[in-house]
Amino acid sequence: MMDYSFTVWIPLLPLILFVVLGLTSGSVRPKISGYIGTAGMTISALMSYFTAYQYFFNQPTGSEGYSKIIAYNTVWLNLTEKLHIDLGILLDPISVMMLVVITTVSLMVHIYSIGYMDGERGYSRFFAFLSLFSFSMLGLVVATNIFQMYICWELVGVSSYLLISFYYEKSTAVAAGKKAFIVTRFADLGFLIGILLLSYISGTFDFVTLTDPKGTLITQGTGLTFLGASVITWALVLIFMGGAGKSAMFPLHIWLPDAMEGPTPVSALIHAATMVVAGVYLVARLFPIYIFAAPDALTIVAYVGGITSLFAAMIACTQNDIKRVLAFSTMSQIGYMMLALGVSGYGEHNGLGFMASMFHLFTHAMFKALLFLGAGAIIHAVHSNFMTEMGGLRKFLPVTHITFLIACLTIAGVPPLSGFFSKDEILTAAWEHDKVLFFIEYAVAGLTAFYMFRLYFNVFWGKERHYHHTPHEAPRVMTFPLIFLAAASALTGFIPFSKYVTSDSLPFESHIEWMIAIPSILIGVLGILIAMWFYKKENGIPEKMAAVFRHLYKWSYNKFYIDEVYLFVTKKIIFQHISRPAAWFDRHVVDGTMNGIASATNRSSTGIRGFQSGQLQKYGFIFVSGVIILVFVFIYIWFNN
Amino acid sequence: MTAGIPLYDFLIVSTLMFFIGIYGFLTRKNLITILMSVELILNSVNINFVAFNRYLFPGQLEGQFFSLFIIAVAAAEAAVAIAIIISVYRKFTNIDVERVDTMKH
Repeated sequence: MMDYSFTVWIPLLPLILFVVLGLTSGSVRPKISGYIGTAGMTISALMSYFTAYQYFFNQPTGSEGYSKIIAYNTVWLNLTEKLHIDLGILLDPISVMMLVVITTVSLMVHIYSIGYMDGERGYSRFFAFLSLFSFSMLGLVVATNIFQMYICWELVGVSSYLLISFYYEKSTAVAAGKKAFIVTRFADLGFLIGILLLSYISGTFDFVTLTDPKGTLITQGTGLTFLGASVITWALVLIFMGGAGKSAMFPLHIWLPDAMEGPTPVSALIHAATMVVAGVYLVARLFPIYIFAAPDALTIVAYVGGITSLFAAMIACTQNDIKRVLAFSTMSQIGYMMLALGVSGYGEHNGLGFMASMFHLFTHAMFKALLFLGAGAIIHAVHSNFMTEMGGLRKFLPVTHITFLIACLTIAGVPPLSGFFSKDEILTAAWEHDKVLFFIEYAVAGLTAFYMFRLYFNVFWGKERHYHHTPHEAPRVMTFPLIFLAAASALTGFIPFSKYVTSDSLPFESHIEWMIAIPSILIGVLGILIAMWFYKKENGIPEKMAAVFRHLYKWSYNKFYIDEVYLFVTKKIIFQHISRPAAWFDRHVVDGTMNGIASATNRSSTGIRGFQSGQLQKYGFIFVSGVIILVFVFIYIWFNN
Repeated sequence: MTAGIPLYDFLIVSTLMFFIGIYGFLTRKNLITILMSVELILNSVNINFVAFNRYLFPGQLEGQFFSLFIIAVAAAEAAVAIAIIISVYRKFTNIDVERVDTMKH
């Protein structure tokens, strides 16, 4: 068997780059930081490709399928003899796949940013943060134990915060960064409690031990219950809460649309392709426990995913900021992945949902990164985020136009592009497991096609607007990633995922279920046609439709008032009825006690300070009198004894 | 030389000197006279040392050595005290102890 210990450098290289770029920012020319960061990421990516090639193709697979390999491990914190926190590299099909996804998208974003961030202040800082993020995300996916994952999980949260509020002079960006951090942090509270519960039950943090289908945790359980559900179910629901926060699942999604305040390459990397799928990855990582020990928790995962995908798709239909449309689309697609995990079984063909989820994660990373980078090129050209200020751009941005069209067709599920294959697998898995969820996803497929092509026609067709200057195509350093990702989006659908990434690591045969594929193609095409009819030429139909369904339109436009609900709960309830009284108690009782002691001391010292007159002889007199009194006292005591 | 003079007489003299010194220290306003009073107190102690040494432990000399020490220390102390008095004079243009009261509350 080959030695995989070199894989430790895949995450470590970006960490070193972060330190180097962070320390030298300001002292080297900005461009050079960009090139160094990109070069480092290229090496990481090449190592990942090599690892994937070796792992999937050059390794003997036994009856157990692809084995889990601990490529590197070191004990970091020794809590007790049995319980220790390790840092290491775990290679199994999903982590190797994620290595490829992350390094590919990260590399493309690095290349793209060289052009996109040109001339911005904080150019080297940007690349330093990108490296930090890449390190954290790579560390997250290769984690050998749940605690290492938690550490990296928080690190990606921090880098996401830093990059969202990258334009720290813009108050909306700062607020968005804070919102993202606080909401995900709140969700991570659940994650942490879940980890503690799980490790308390099982006595280990180690993934290999935890998720072993023949291990004690799964075969024996604990028998402990709380409020009618087993403790394992509770632990997994809480862990899923962390995942839902990171993956912007309803109702913890509110931070993702605001996170679009960050630079567009960041949105592509963090808020579309990699970090937001960390929640999906988490559930996939713990999948054997979910399926065997806590099927109820898995049902929650499925329904949260389903509701989110429908909800986000409905909002995406009415938004005008192109990045926000993409943000809601991301939520919707991650909902698909969650749902696919939720409806999955275990082993062979039953594990279709698991495979479909990972497949969709892979293809989604490619086409959504492409959509975001394309949106970046559009914004770069017209200096606006709003599609109301765009139109007819296909003449000015030919490369962006074609690649964006490919991405839109991919997400709409048009064969033979990759989105078709992965979405078809998800729908098949949903059909086999739960018809309600199937119909939700079926409707979402149509909505997805509609809102993506609404975006596409509004931006590239429609009436030409008055632009400040003639929009121009992005430089080659920006179009290369677009072309690369477009090729990836188009072709990755032909990867036979069921041979490589499956729930039990054993390959199985999957084929396209035409009974489901054809209706899903049809609804996708229908969505595209409606969007074309509405938006290809300005004809007033959208306005009429909005007037007819004005309540629905208003609710969707205002994102179903979820933000307002949050504001109400935090400001009117928590601040008013909890924080205010607490503040009053602090100010009047706690501070009052301290102030009372201080003022008593002050007053008594004012009273007695008159004794210090500065008159030497007075002091002397008091001293001598004291001595004399003491002498008499001692004499008295002496004679009485 | 001390034959026929009882120990009590020495003690009476030294006690008188001690209290005269205390009285002078507490009542005189001139810093120099206060210093002189302090010298009186020190010397009353010296008398006690020598007298007790002579009458109670005639074979030893510790008491007398102590008085020699005290005389030397008193000389040094007088030098320091006079230096302080001179600088007080420079600052306040007199040496009245009641005027030297800037170190009050």
